[in-house]
Amino acid sequence: MIKKIISVNIFTFGCMILLSVAYPLLISGIGKLTPGQGKGRTVSYKGKTVGFTQEGQQFTDNRYFWGRPSAVGYNGSGSGGSNKGPSNPVYLEEVEKRIDTFLICHPYLERKEVPAEMVTASGSGLDPHISQKAAEVQIKRVARARGLDEQEVRSLVKKHMEPPLLNVFGPQKINVLELNLALEKHQTNNQ
Amino acid sequence: MNTQLFGVIAMFILTVAIAIPLGRYIGKVYLGEKTLLDPVFNPVERFLFRISGLDGNREMNWKQHIYALLGINLVWFFICFLVLLNQGWLPLNPDHNPSMSPDLAFNTTISFLVNCNLQHYSGETGLSYLSQIGGIMFLQFVTAGTGMAACAMVFNAMRNRQSNQLGNFYNYFIKSCTRVLLPVSFVASVILVVSGTPMTWEGKQTITTLQGEEQIVSRGPAAAMVAIKQAGTNGGGFFGVNSAHPLENPTYLTNMVENILIVLIPIAMVFALGYYLKRKRMAWMIMGVMTVGFLALFLPSITNEVKGNPAITEMGIDQSAGSMEGKEVRLGAEASAYWGITTTVTSNGSVNSMHDSFTPITGGMAMLGMMANSFYGGVGVGFLNFYIFIILAVFISGLMVGRTPEFLGKKVEAREVKIAAFIAILHPLLILAGTALSSWLVSHNTAMGYWYNGNASAWLNNPGYHGFSEMLYEYTSSAANNGSGFEGLSDNNPFWNITTGIVLLLSRYLPIIGPLAIAGLLAGKKHIPESAGTLRTDTPIFGIMIFAVIFIVAALSFFPALALGPFAEYFSQIH
Repeated sequence: MIKKIISVNIFTFGCMILLSVAYPLLISGIGKLTPGQGKGRTVSYKGKTVGFTQEGQQFTDNRYFWGRPSAVGYNGSGSGGSNKGPSNPVYLEEVEKRIDTFLICHPYLERKEVPAEMVTASGSGLDPHISQKAAEVQIKRVARARGLDEQEVRSLVKKHMEPPLLNVFGPQKINVLELNLALEKHQTNNQ
Repeated sequence: MNTQLFGVIAMFILTVAIAIPLGRYIGKVYLGEKTLLDPVFNPVERFLFRISGLDGNREMNWKQHIYALLGINLVWFFICFLVLLNQGWLPLNPDHNPSMSPDLAFNTTISFLVNCNLQHYSGETGLSYLSQIGGIMFLQFVTAGTGMAACAMVFNAMRNRQSNQLGNFYNYFIKSCTRVLLPVSFVASVILVVSGTPMTWEGKQTITTLQGEEQIVSRGPAAAMVAIKQAGTNGGGFFGVNSAHPLENPTYLTNMVENILIVLIPIAMVFALGYYLKRKRMAWMIMGVMTVGFLALFLPSITNEVKGNPAITEMGIDQSAGSMEGKEVRLGAEASAYWGITTTVTSNGSVNSMHDSFTPITGGMAMLGMMANSFYGGVGVGFLNFYIFIILAVFISGLMVGRTPEFLGKKVEAREVKIAAFIAILHPLLILAGTALSSWLVSHNTAMGYWYNGNASAWLNNPGYHGFSEMLYEYTSSAANNGSGFEGLSDNNPFWNITTGIVLLLSRYLPIIGPLAIAGLLAGKKHIPESAGTLRTDTPIFGIMIFAVIFIVAALSFFPALALGPFAEYFSQIH
């Protein structure tokens, strides 16, 4: 019996070396060869790291495009969704309030033009993307706040539109951080 | 047709297209035929058996299989439990996360040991890298291997002969790990790490955002774990929000890869059976029943998610992207609905959107998927659940036509049917008893003392029908060894940790022991050659029969509970 227990323990330990040591080390070795060295891909601006491309961050200033509402305030060390049910009255009130705020900030919009994804919280609380529509409705506000021509901003938005995978699978989307970074660079270059 | 729908269709077609050859390969592995990876892994396996002194060639009967399975599981329990309790001071903890409380460590260890991966913690703050890789990820491999090994014994027992020699558990187990799970995970994790999923041993990084605020970003050795979490129908994610997290599932491509993996091995096991027993027709019959069940759950779900939340439509805004609460823009409503159902019909339980925020019908269909728990099902165990339903269907059809029930040339008698009926009834019993207990506590708003910090109704995140759904979902997910959740529920406390822990244990080992016992008993009986009077078990009619049994046992016993939760919520939203 004791001999059997020892055998099973050694067997387990051997499996551990294979599955929990060799395998992950191999993958992290391969990760080192990829952009970002497997540590997550960052972008810099004026020599400073300003974010992870694949992770959303909070934008509230009028000079920026905004991302989606986040249940955790874009906390990168503790992701989370709202977990609100579709019929929860408190939740629906909150959505109403977000619609009102969105309309105050974008007074040129009609109610039916407000994209639902801009007033509902993402799953991770770190959604880095917005939809094409959600970007388009914000163009006027951003252009005004920056004193830019609307057409200039629009062409930047167009340039940063990411097509579906192989143009066939999945949604079209825009990375908010990359778009805002492009805006900043565009303006510094023109000054 | 839009691109999002194309994405979903492509995922399904690709899954089946890969599963057919993979199933053949798995069949070869269990038959001990020559395969591609022999030169790499034969020496590794021989070495493991030599240093441990275990005998990988000794033929075992079904009881010896069960002892071996339970014994090695017990060893894993202690190892993981100790790691979690002590992770605070053990190495590979760059973020200085604390050790787990005993009740949480109990729940977490059990949950990963039984291949459920219910998570009452958040990966970012709850686990060290040692726990993630040495504890959790190790269990994700070996528990999937356990399920597959049990399934392989049942395959062996279904052969045309009378025998008690049903292969060797350790041999089936190690082959499942090295020949199937490890190579599949390797390919997937390379795709993930190339797409941007982190695989680093460094801790959190603090940055100043473009707008000038501080953001702390969690990282870690995620890519290796995400692959096996999907391939082994485990589902426990590296980060708190699982595959909704933009680092755990960064692109639509990774989403496709991960979602294909969710159902890949469960489907491949069906084709493996076809190859192993040389009964291709039977494999296709099973695949047909499973697919019909899957589609019956999936189609209403995708329709409802794309249509969106009726309460938000009433607000008069543009909901053309579908119901986006709890979903990610890069994945979209369609792919989230597909994931939501694939992850619940299998016992995977990883999520790429928040199930708590699904429209009521989708939430209900996700629960129904776990209640049936046999449409594809978990790796290995999915087929074992289905096997129970086959035995019941054989018995009932035998009674209907007035013949002695036979399955693959073996008489199905009272003892086997009793075991099958017990296993079939256990599932609703555990779910409904748990939900009844927690609902009783909520309706009396009981002060919980040690068990929960406050009164019972405070653990709900949503009022009304949806609150009831949160509790029903939690027990359903535990009993199905699924691991997804309506995560609004406050479940990290002794009440939920311990009650779901008990449900997890019972609903993992009994549904493995049951089919093993039935298959073992049948294998020991005399083989009766097929004749004109034999009930054919590979025909569409028999398929319908199985479907009817699943529908009656699984769906109807849960109908009252579903009516009180998701269905009531659905009707409350229609004016």
